[in-house]
Amino acid sequence: MTAVVSQTIKPLVSIRATRGWSALNFLEVWQFRDLMFTMAGRDLKLRYRQTALGAIWVVAQPLLGAGIFSFIFQIVAGLKSPNGIPFFVFMFAGLMAWGLFGSAVGRTNASIGNNSNLIAKVYFPRFVLPLSSLFSTLIDFTVSLAMMIVLLIIFNIHPGWGLLLLPVWIVLLLLMAMGIGLFAASLSIRYRDINILLPVFMQFLMYGSAVIVATSSIPEKYRFYYLLNPLVSIIEAFKWSLFGVGEIRWNYLIYGAITSVALFLIGCLTFKRMERGFADVI
Amino acid sequence: MSSELLSSIPSETAAPAIPAVHSGTSPRASELAVEIREISKSYHITHQGSRATSLTEVVMNRIRRPLGNSTGETFWALDDISFSIAKGEVVGIIGRNGAGKSTLLKILSRVTEPTTGQIDLYGRVGSLLEVGTGFHPDLTGRENIYLNGTILGMTRKEIDRQFDAIVDFSEIEKFLDTPVKRYSSGMYVRLAFAVAAHLNPEILIIDEVLAVGDLQFQKKCLGKIGDVSKNGRTVLFVSHNMGAVAQLCSRAVLLEKGKVKMSGETGTVIAEFLSAGASDSGTVDLAAHELRRGTGAVKFMKAAIRNAQGELCTAFQIGDDILIDFEFQCRESLRAVKLAAEMFTGDGMKIANMVDVDSHFAMSNPKQREKVTLRIKDIRLYPGSYLLGFWAGSVDSASTYDWVENCLQFEIVGGGMLASRELPRSSGLLFMTPQWHQHVAGE
Repeated sequence: MTAVVSQTIKPLVSIRATRGWSALNFLEVWQFRDLMFTMAGRDLKLRYRQTALGAIWVVAQPLLGAGIFSFIFQIVAGLKSPNGIPFFVFMFAGLMAWGLFGSAVGRTNASIGNNSNLIAKVYFPRFVLPLSSLFSTLIDFTVSLAMMIVLLIIFNIHPGWGLLLLPVWIVLLLLMAMGIGLFAASLSIRYRDINILLPVFMQFLMYGSAVIVATSSIPEKYRFYYLLNPLVSIIEAFKWSLFGVGEIRWNYLIYGAITSVALFLIGCLTFKRMERGFADVI
Repeated sequence: MSSELLSSIPSETAAPAIPAVHSGTSPRASELAVEIREISKSYHITHQGSRATSLTEVVMNRIRRPLGNSTGETFWALDDISFSIAKGEVVGIIGRNGAGKSTLLKILSRVTEPTTGQIDLYGRVGSLLEVGTGFHPDLTGRENIYLNGTILGMTRKEIDRQFDAIVDFSEIEKFLDTPVKRYSSGMYVRLAFAVAAHLNPEILIIDEVLAVGDLQFQKKCLGKIGDVSKNGRTVLFVSHNMGAVAQLCSRAVLLEKGKVKMSGETGTVIAEFLSAGASDSGTVDLAAHELRRGTGAVKFMKAAIRNAQGELCTAFQIGDDILIDFEFQCRESLRAVKLAAEMFTGDGMKIANMVDVDSHFAMSNPKQREKVTLRIKDIRLYPGSYLLGFWAGSVDSASTYDWVENCLQFEIVGGGMLASRELPRSSGLLFMTPQWHQHVAGE
């Protein structure tokens, strides 16, 4: 019959072994956006279901955190916040930036292990999992940001035009967090040690990242080494955008931005390289 | 039974140009749905105790043998598999545990990659390697429909459109807003299958999903899969249930140790699969039989099939008596053991489970070695080949001590005192001769 004509029909999908390094296919991730949103919705629904206070925790958690840190570092340790910003507000801003970063790293890393049953049974671009896990982080952050605005109004703090740059710092923090999270996730499927190491590493990183201590209170001779941590300049800039006072170090920020993008790319490439083996190792 | 259902599949799918494996002929390109070319998949097996799951182990292994890649061996789960499937075909993949069926399906559904080779898929694939993948116990039925649906590759819009049909099929309407952890297992499976059944891929891949759920729902599912294929969609179906394979599939592929052993018309392939381990000499030495399950408390050693005179025999006529004897060892001291003999048709349908208690026989305080004989009087089976298997277990059937399936084969041949005419196998299974009476009509 019409056999020969159709010899040129192309298969919809060709399955073969992939080799070496390759880029993530973001178009395919977009095609699976409904899955991403549904998974994000699942995470949100499950988080506070069967809790007595429900969504109140979203508000209470960061307030409690900032309260405890303020008590310890202001009242017990006697630290002072710079530039006349109330200590609690200063602490809240630092923890907000850290919360965004730390939660993105943690959730990205956990997104693969937590969904191992899906990975073993169904095909979809694996990158959907870390992306969908970001939604919870972003919702928490949005709530914190709303509370921050209330605090700024209560304490009569005027951020100034620097507030416009806030989204830039947020993006940089997320890129770096995703990079580290993806790298950790790629390895933790095979080596469970990562899941023990990562929280320890993050704890160290928090104390070394201008979350609690302002960079200005670091002795001059150590300051250069302190600023080698790319997070420091970004988190300082984050606070600068909110309070309109403080320091912004553009040269270190450029270094921070380049590091963020580089870590993100390394994370993506490692993830892509390792993801084909996920189902075999889980 | 199976022939009737087969004939309900449209003729163009029932009689496809069956490609002989490796022969190079394949269905016309315009009709190809799946083409599998030289697919192999290897796994690296590290020997027990040396499997590195922590970084320290990796580092230590590296220090101990700085040059060698690592210890262990390569295991080929699939070894050079090639076959193609035409559009609209329903193909069963059969084989023993570990033959590579699941690995093949995992590669086809892109869960894992092949080591070498290529598969071309001409159409959207929906795969169902498990019922209810991603179901979350704390979410409601409604929420799980959306979650499971998107996981299986549907968009929210498609689910919206199919939502009522899914709920209808699952019969759980009243519990739609109840968390699925409060569902009975039957409801859970029904809902899960309902979502999957409304996935509308051009190529549907199903792994052993019918092993769950009650009989009635299984029938409904089989019917749904049949409908899917009638709409011109291609189905790949893995199952241990030969009855289901025979019912649904126009063609079957038999895998053995990672290779295609046989591919062709379903009945032929199933017969080959089932009789592969069976002896047709009338007696079988079961001591070295590999294909068995059970705790090993009892071990079947020997089995034989004889005629009424006690001679080894494998061909019987309708109305004959059949003697089946078997010997077993008790390797633990048991107070009692329950025994059963199973009978299957050549294409895998179980037709009898002859349990000792049903014949008022019980084996208590078995000695180390026992021999039992069963006499089946007046066998009333249609001509064809049949298979026997043996089971031994605890009295409450909770544990299986030993179970060898399909180890003896026998034939019912035409003729005999009772058969006054030709009895084609396709026209029945049981030869029954009831008493017939004529009455005066209208009385």
